[in-house]
Amino acid sequence: MASKKMALIATKGTLDMAYPPFILASTAAALGWEVQIFFTFYGLSLLRHDLGGVKISPLANPAMPMPVPMPVIVQMLPGMESMASMMMKNKMKSKGVASLQELRDICIESEVKFIACQMTVDLFDYKNSDFIKDIEFGGAATFMKFAGESDVSLFI
Amino acid sequence: MDFSKEFDASGLACPLPIVKTKKALNDMISGQVLRVIATDPGSVCDMAAFAEQTGNALLEQTSENSKYVFYLKKA
Repeated sequence: MASKKMALIATKGTLDMAYPPFILASTAAALGWEVQIFFTFYGLSLLRHDLGGVKISPLANPAMPMPVPMPVIVQMLPGMESMASMMMKNKMKSKGVASLQELRDICIESEVKFIACQMTVDLFDYKNSDFIKDIEFGGAATFMKFAGESDVSLFI
Repeated sequence: MDFSKEFDASGLACPLPIVKTKKALNDMISGQVLRVIATDPGSVCDMAAFAEQTGNALLEQTSENSKYVFYLKKA
């Protein structure tokens, strides 16, 4: 039986939006699926060597649970984003949630294919050396080829 | 139930119990039984879905004191 396939597009570079592609990809790979993730726009930051800069923003996110109610004007203060990110990462660790780095490593180990969008790499003046080595570069046609053969295709 | 290997996923959240269960099964031979312990309540549905999709049979599952125990037979 040929394995099932899943094609993902990862377009966001915030901590909360970075998890779904890596969680789904690592799980699908564990189920024996063949998986490709196409990283474009801010999703490209998930292919950088260091994922430490991936942050969460409490701004414009009224659904984000806060330890204490916080007016928007306070959330705008310098350092709030870093503080919120640190608190979220600590909370995740205490709840047994894998780090992004760990999930990405699992994906690579289980042969999930990462494709960086060449157009946005050029747009943002990234260099190939900004990214981890286990990736390929391509465009929409590359994605469509695999997506066309896939059982599941999601835009995240 | 007899088992040849045990994997303790206590404290781990989705998707680690499934992803690491798969890893634990990798170096086992067909027919051997893996015992998995998890504390993630979501793992009850997840482990059944994993078994169904991978062909590794879920022989038995029990739960007590917020611990979930699964016996998987490697396909």
